[in-house]
Amino acid sequence: MSTVILLLLTGLGLGALYFLVASGLSLIYGLMHVLNFAHGVFLSFGAYLGWMVATTIGQTTWTGFLVSVLVGALAGGLFAAITELVFIRPLYERHIEQVLVTVGLGLAAVALFEGIWGGDAITIQSPQFFGQVTEVFGARVPNKVFIMILTGVIVLLALVIFLKKTRYGMIIRAGVENRSMVTALGIDVRKAFTLVFTIGGAAAGLGGVLASHYFTYVSPHLGQTLLIFAFIVTVIGGLGSLAGAAVAAVLVAVLQQFANYYIPGSPGDLVVVLLLAVVLLVRPTGLMGKKA
Amino acid sequence: MTENILEVRNLRAEIAGQQVVEDVSFDVPKTGITAVLGRNGVGKTSTLKAILGLISRNGETVFDGERIDTLPTFKIVQRGIGYVPEDREVFSKLTVEENLRLAELQSNPNREFVANLFPDITARANQMAGTLSGGQQQMVSLARALINDNKLLLVDEPTKGLAPRIVTQVTETLREAAKSLPMVLVEQNLEVVRELAHGCIVIESGRVVYTGYAQELLADAELTQKLLGIHVESDGEVSL
Repeated sequence: MSTVILLLLTGLGLGALYFLVASGLSLIYGLMHVLNFAHGVFLSFGAYLGWMVATTIGQTTWTGFLVSVLVGALAGGLFAAITELVFIRPLYERHIEQVLVTVGLGLAAVALFEGIWGGDAITIQSPQFFGQVTEVFGARVPNKVFIMILTGVIVLLALVIFLKKTRYGMIIRAGVENRSMVTALGIDVRKAFTLVFTIGGAAAGLGGVLASHYFTYVSPHLGQTLLIFAFIVTVIGGLGSLAGAAVAAVLVAVLQQFANYYIPGSPGDLVVVLLLAVVLLVRPTGLMGKKA
Repeated sequence: MTENILEVRNLRAEIAGQQVVEDVSFDVPKTGITAVLGRNGVGKTSTLKAILGLISRNGETVFDGERIDTLPTFKIVQRGIGYVPEDREVFSKLTVEENLRLAELQSNPNREFVANLFPDITARANQMAGTLSGGQQQMVSLARALINDNKLLLVDEPTKGLAPRIVTQVTETLREAAKSLPMVLVEQNLEVVRELAHGCIVIESGRVVYTGYAQELLADAELTQKLLGIHVESDGEVSL
């Protein structure tokens, strides 16, 4: 029983990380129909800048951690905003070119990170609390898992409140449903594009800092590695659906944890890909995606 | 000073490389309803979309004395053109109130005017627009266009697929709105055109083939048959 609880909670923690990356991807695709293959570099960039700031303040202090989280989110958001304005905006309605430019940017940014911070993984130190465990129904759960879950829930709630309670949230929800009609109501939907990219990038940057603490390292490829699972989560949840991304993130991560533990050979990644295949066959629009 | 609110010259438009509007020119006066008529698929809806810049277009479009053919859609709408699209296109996952709030472009929107004109949808403010009937969705679509002080409305087949009782309701709403607002009305229902329209144009294969008064056209059974493929009886009955 304690093993099941441990796997469930660590799955939820990993799911929170997936959600932080997938939420932005899903909103960006839903509104702009852009498959953003550069999304992972927002995460890596946030993680690196967060690590640099935490190193200056003190990696094992709470202040260092909290400031690094803030800096990581800002860095991811800024990188994403610049990406949208410089690379995506000139290519509106040219989806193939947009995909190609994000693929190119993803590759170039990783090379840039390797040039700046080196190709090897850098070990991250965390506040002592992260390494301690809390017992939940007999399961000894690392505290960092609760930090991930808490952050994921806070970001989800913040996004829901933003989408439901603000005018820009309303524009984004409407734009996901029918972008040209939003424009036909006299709304400059391009501002919403930049905003969605920025929010998505900020969530990814925040996720980068958390991921570096979860995996205890940061590397140029950290973001792109997580991006693969984030894409799977986005497709399973339904492109454009925030709630779908949240549900799918938990589903994928928990399944991955259980498969890795209970099935010999730790085929968690394979099981996730099989789940993706099943969802695409049975429900091509994803769990909560809109019908074509 | 021009008597026209909208002047369209040599408008051409394409969708996915296919020419859907070949060469359309017409004027819309500052008062009354101008009907855009024609058989299915001749380019009526595309003409409205081209004026708004919703599809790729060229040619000259002057609205209220200003060239708008190079402006993006949102700026054209901000100049004072309201749009009621074919098939309503309400945001189904937004409430009725959110649909209306989204359309508000001015600091003092015409909420009271809209509430008086559409009491039924005002009473359903918190209902998801996707759960409304077709007629109610049409009211939401019209209300979105009337909530701002527009200078012109482009209304695309507002009675399409509606029950006769709702058609009457929509017709009355348009008549009321047209007292203070010029309109371009794409409409297949010639009874509605007969009741509302002053001027009219007929489009065929993406070109204007008739410009004149709606009543005159509809009074000429032979011409109506020729241009629209519809036979109009002398008592006003319409048959295909």
